[in-house]
Amino acid sequence: MNAPVKPSDVAGATRREVVVAATLASGALLVGCSPGDLLSVGAKSEFGAFGPFVRIDPDGVVTVVSKHIEFGQGNHAGLAAIVAEELEADWSKVRVEQAPAIAKVYANTGMGVQGTGGSSAISNSWEQLRKAGASAKAMFVEAAANKWNAPAGEITVKDSVVSHAGSSKSATFAELLPDAAKVTPPTTPTLKDPKTFTLIGTDRVRRKDSQAKSDGTARFTQDVQLPNMLVAMVAHAPRFGAKVASFDSTEAKKIPGVVEVYEIPSGVAVVADSTWAAKKGRDALAVKWNEDAAEKRSSDAILASYKDLASGKTPATDKLKWQAFESKGDIAKATGEAFEATYDFPYLAHAAMEPMNCVAQVSLGKAKLTFGSQIPTMDQLNTAKIVAMLPGAVEIETLFAGGSFGRRANFQSDYVAECVEIAKKVGKDRPVKLIWTREDDMAAGYYRPIVHHTVRVTLDKDGYPASWRHRIVTQSIMKGSPMGVPELDETAVEGAKGSPYLKATPIVDAQLIQPEVGVPVLWWRSVGATHTAFAMEHTIDQLAKKAGKDPVEYRRALYTKAGANRHLAVLNLAAEKAGWPNTAADGWTRGVAVHESFGSVVAQIAEVKLEGGVPKLGKVVTAIDCGTAISPDQIAAQMEGGTCFGLSGAMFGQITLKDGAVEQANFDTYRVLRNTEAPTVETHIVPSGAAPSGVGEPGTPVIAPAVANAIFAMTGKPTSSLPFVKA
Amino acid sequence: MAMTLDVNGKPLSVKAAPDTPLLWVLRDELQLTGTKYGCGIAQCGACTVLVDGQPTRSCVTPIAGLAAAKISTIESLGGAHPVQAAWVKHDVPQCGYCQSGQIMSAVALLNQTPKPSDADIDGAMDGHICRCGTYQRIRAAIKDAAGLAPTTPLLPVAPAKV
Repeated sequence: MNAPVKPSDVAGATRREVVVAATLASGALLVGCSPGDLLSVGAKSEFGAFGPFVRIDPDGVVTVVSKHIEFGQGNHAGLAAIVAEELEADWSKVRVEQAPAIAKVYANTGMGVQGTGGSSAISNSWEQLRKAGASAKAMFVEAAANKWNAPAGEITVKDSVVSHAGSSKSATFAELLPDAAKVTPPTTPTLKDPKTFTLIGTDRVRRKDSQAKSDGTARFTQDVQLPNMLVAMVAHAPRFGAKVASFDSTEAKKIPGVVEVYEIPSGVAVVADSTWAAKKGRDALAVKWNEDAAEKRSSDAILASYKDLASGKTPATDKLKWQAFESKGDIAKATGEAFEATYDFPYLAHAAMEPMNCVAQVSLGKAKLTFGSQIPTMDQLNTAKIVAMLPGAVEIETLFAGGSFGRRANFQSDYVAECVEIAKKVGKDRPVKLIWTREDDMAAGYYRPIVHHTVRVTLDKDGYPASWRHRIVTQSIMKGSPMGVPELDETAVEGAKGSPYLKATPIVDAQLIQPEVGVPVLWWRSVGATHTAFAMEHTIDQLAKKAGKDPVEYRRALYTKAGANRHLAVLNLAAEKAGWPNTAADGWTRGVAVHESFGSVVAQIAEVKLEGGVPKLGKVVTAIDCGTAISPDQIAAQMEGGTCFGLSGAMFGQITLKDGAVEQANFDTYRVLRNTEAPTVETHIVPSGAAPSGVGEPGTPVIAPAVANAIFAMTGKPTSSLPFVKA
Repeated sequence: MAMTLDVNGKPLSVKAAPDTPLLWVLRDELQLTGTKYGCGIAQCGACTVLVDGQPTRSCVTPIAGLAAAKISTIESLGGAHPVQAAWVKHDVPQCGYCQSGQIMSAVALLNQTPKPSDADIDGAMDGHICRCGTYQRIRAAIKDAAGLAPTTPLLPVAPAKV
């Protein structure tokens, strides 16, 4: 069970995971490793009797080792429950520990490297952890059978107690531990019949970290305190792509506590003996920037150039080509009056509560990072390049992170690399904690890209789509990967590509074009779905109105046509629980939307009012099909949180550039959702025996179109750009 | 120049310059890291502590004016305070980074208004940002800690077996 998992072994990996795996593998080439070597990064550890995922201490406490970072998703609870279920462990005596960075053992089976993303923590661990738990249980059973001279088939395990009814013998895990640890683990442990699950799918599966996160003891990167540690802050260029031309550190060095000032590739770093000294020192720097290669356009100009591409005003070229992502029939034969709509989406910052940060120590032949590492293998590779070591010499201790929403999964490990550059200058294994202020974090790029959609649909005699022409213009996220530009960036089209509405339409001509822009972009919770869900779902309500049909009925017909049974099931569940079609008699207008992402399908029916033109949300009835539900409570938590995250972006989120400089700096200029603006999310889970699918992201993209559809029902006015509330 | 601060009932000598925000003195010098940095401009509430019982944004409060003040941080609550117990019961935290601040404001609210109205909760909590979106559980936990009936039933229930 310690066998390394090869990416090629993994069935069911999503398109993006495969691309990420390939990309990361090629990253290994950049540091002189073959993809095969990548899997042996740091592979030197030995594990206890129960393997790398389960440890049982003499007091009987079961520790589940999580290969996935916990930054809010609740995955630690779910991962622990999978082991506890198969092991028949007492849930109150199960704890969770973060795995070290050892890709050979702890690779995400969907990515091929160690990392968390794509809402895959539970789904890629499902079989692995069931086996780990079942194997440990089998070891206790065999130990008891030997000790009591009883047939193994008569031994039962429940709540960390092993029993033999025939001889009335029983022993706790703690008592049997020395014997069980000597048993050879079974090669193919027998898994439980899901019908006999007693923990999975129950309300007993609750978070294991709520106490530590309610009493201030949970440890984040920001909290790392090490002997002799320095704090670093960096002056960054005001425009993307600019470089340091020259700098004057005279004033900075006069600040008490400032230790040194260094030029590094990303700017000028001040290291000091305290955070406040580092900040004062950084603010006292005088830096001149070389902006020859900088992006100097405004976001309005970037969007305008996208619209010109979509309309054909700017023709495609050999270098900048339209690429088909769905194509059937002959669009030239589409006849009849066409419905047309365009949708514009701005840059969005992740704005996690904990601004990006990292602690690094560099000495001869060794580097150690202590921080919330989302893709440890990538962070090892990028660090190794800077310090000229093999990736295996880079140790990572992963801590809780105060959110990420995609930001900490960065091909360049941007803030990590910055910290390592400084720690390399400092050297001597001296710990350096890089702290970004909120302003640093917000202006540092890696935004959800600007996206423009143009949609043109003709309807058949019954009012259903006969032809669907779709154009998407956006910057490529995957272009930032070490592998370069993929032929078609799936992350830009996922959700439009594969849509049941396109499946139900006889003629489809859907294309993507990916202009180059000097603004760093990245995935933002639910990635392509952040815009494709809106474009598809808001279009559908407008088509339904044109066809004179109820939006739920209209969707039902299209899902039936497309054979989209899971879409139909979540829609029906949400409609039933929300009492659709209800009138606006109670003062609320309801909007519906449905979207599939990360293997799960979510339907929402949102109550919306307009107060002074600003949407006000009431209850949001949510239905999700995420396969086997491990922790219903944490699935609900992710629907609540995902909805707030999506709504925050849709209501207020907007990063704008003026002549290339970011105009927002902090939460006073980048407005986010607050308590009084949050809806009450009611979650219903479709019963399913399928393998678990994603939960962390699928709750995010549905709310924006649901709100737009409610506003459309209320006012007859469609929404053609987000956010709803312009600054 | 050393000064003495009353933090969690103890007089503590600190060396930081008087213009240093309380937040960084708590975190860097006194190693009380439960109080978090989120924005530095009193917009997000992550750094909230109680100064003489009042919720205060420590990121914009220089220590110079605090010589006579009683400062309470998340560490002073002991872990089993009724508000903390309600937070755990409702599994409020997700990433958890903002929760120390949220809890300190909830504690101050219930100290001053043991049975808060919805408007009271709005007023006390709207200065706090949670990017994970734990807002509805925060409201539920405050009401539970206050012994008030929840406005909405706690959902979900586990799906039926298949």
